[in-house]
Amino acid sequence: MHYALIAEFKTVLNVLDAAKRIRDEGFKNWDVLTPFPIHGLDAAMGLKRSKVPFFTFFGGLTGIITAILMVWYMNAYDYPLTVGGKPFFSPVFPFPVFYELTILLAAFGTFFGMFIVNKLPMHYHPVFEHKGFARVTDDHFWIVIESIDPKFEGERTKRFLEEIGGVDVTFLSNDGN
Amino acid sequence: MAEILEHGVERPEYLSLVNQQSMPRADLVDNHRDFHWITEKICGVLEKPTPRWWWVSFIVSSGMALFTVMGLTYLVSTGVGVWGLVSPINWGWAIVNFVFWIGIGHAGTLISAILCLLKQKWRTSINRPAEAMTIFAVMCAGLFPVFHIGRVWYAWWLFPLPNANGIWPNFRSPLEWDVFAVSTYFTVSVLFWYMGMIPDLATVRDRARQGVQKWRMYFYGILAMGWRASNRHWSNFEMAYLLLAGLSTPLVLSVHTIVSFDFAVSLLPGWHTTIFPPYFVAGAIFSGFAMVLTLMLPIRAVCGLHDLITMHHVENMCKIILATGSMVGYGYAMEFFMAWYSGNPYEGFAFINRAFGQYAWAYWIMITCNVISPQLFWFKRIRRNIALVWIICIFVNVGMWFERFVIVVTSLANDFLPSSWGYYSPTVVDIFTFFGTFGLFSSLFLLFVRFLPMMAIAEIKAVIPQGDPHHPAHKIND
Repeated sequence: MHYALIAEFKTVLNVLDAAKRIRDEGFKNWDVLTPFPIHGLDAAMGLKRSKVPFFTFFGGLTGIITAILMVWYMNAYDYPLTVGGKPFFSPVFPFPVFYELTILLAAFGTFFGMFIVNKLPMHYHPVFEHKGFARVTDDHFWIVIESIDPKFEGERTKRFLEEIGGVDVTFLSNDGN
Repeated sequence: MAEILEHGVERPEYLSLVNQQSMPRADLVDNHRDFHWITEKICGVLEKPTPRWWWVSFIVSSGMALFTVMGLTYLVSTGVGVWGLVSPINWGWAIVNFVFWIGIGHAGTLISAILCLLKQKWRTSINRPAEAMTIFAVMCAGLFPVFHIGRVWYAWWLFPLPNANGIWPNFRSPLEWDVFAVSTYFTVSVLFWYMGMIPDLATVRDRARQGVQKWRMYFYGILAMGWRASNRHWSNFEMAYLLLAGLSTPLVLSVHTIVSFDFAVSLLPGWHTTIFPPYFVAGAIFSGFAMVLTLMLPIRAVCGLHDLITMHHVENMCKIILATGSMVGYGYAMEFFMAWYSGNPYEGFAFINRAFGQYAWAYWIMITCNVISPQLFWFKRIRRNIALVWIICIFVNVGMWFERFVIVVTSLANDFLPSSWGYYSPTVVDIFTFFGTFGLFSSLFLLFVRFLPMMAIAEIKAVIPQGDPHHPAHKIND
């Protein structure tokens, strides 16, 4: 059983137009491999907005709550620090600490969120076995349509890819080309 | 002949007399290079056998770095007395060096984060080395607050960790805020730098798979996290990148603000002023960009990166140096004005003393280097002369170190009460420890150039005409 069909596209415009055609045909389990992010490709693929901001937000929220609790506990509760008769806790004096910890945990949220949403690290994937893969991080563009997609029809899909501009359309198997 | 435009209005005839000026945007990559050339050029730096210039530079740098190791070892084993600190100047070279290095780091984050948010595409060929510079500068900076405390083995008490005395840090202190600010700054910079590098590490990994040295495949492969250039991944990557840029921007502004609070929240004349936060941040960007050029111009020459770091890039950086240098000059003038306008005799004295007192020599070096030299960048001939640009940047670096020296030492040496006054001189240990940090910084930077993709390969490809689907001339390739 094949894993997917993979086709090469020569230019940025080619791959963008092809992506729009594939999106319009109703394919769902497919991907475009590009050496750099192409402007407008997310819309051409019909991708929804990334989920990473949720992780950023929850990271930041955790950061500020942790910071407030930490400063309150340490300077006002466990060992109240007497400084010139000033209030043991106020939101003003530790503000830099709150600010920095919010940013730090939001950054961790963003970073790990990106990996979680992308399901990385994933050091093995069938596309790595494709003989042309080395060029995808260099200067070539590929479109992959997985066979588990409900609209995948083997040879028909292969012809469709050739029709929309794909060259060197090949079947990719699960265990090496 | 009247032409009817959209809203039924006639096109005025005088418009046919108007000649449209053509102002083409400068190419971001010269000589119409394609994607493959960019990959080959940048990966070539780390794939080819190590060039002799690298070995010579590395040996010299690591030799210099040994000065820092020796200086710090001697300090810890003998005591703080080996430094030149003497009452009332209890902060000397160590704090000056700390602020100097942190300031230098800020340009990297500005290029990566702020220029990203401002959609300045020219940042793509300098952002990776500039971020690396930030990380190494913050590492050099961090040495000083840790070692200047005396009992270095208690440095962990700076962090809010439980200790045997049951005491927690004082969150009212700017020195504690610094701990959070600098740690956050270092961590976020590393995250941003590494995350941005993942696609380029994948490029190096894929080239290594065809090569002879298998260790390279594993080394870059592990770091690349299995990146397979999928657009679904790029979508999340781009969002994360934008978010990190958005987080790093307030971070860079806040970190040097907090560093300035070390001085501003005190009572000393010359320190206790609200101008410090913006003044320090502008100064940091000023010195940082000068350091970026100091590093990048030689690397550009030896690695042959002229098509990637074009004159347009160099000119833009010179203009930023000019702008921030002017802000710093304005800051000096305002400080002086306010010292007089306030009517505060101590503040007024502090400034007269800086210019004409025992440290006047330092003050005038600062003024020449920081106020006069960047103004030369008004002239295009000077901006386009690489050797002159590099020399001016060295002056700026020197001037900015002296600025911190003048701020720290003069306010301490000549404060409110004349009977307390003193004079501070650095010792040999101070001097060697500081110059060694340049060796440490350079060694780390050289290792970065040798082992990691030193420019943002994917980002540069995205900004050349072939990478832009909306660019009219993108069909140059194929």
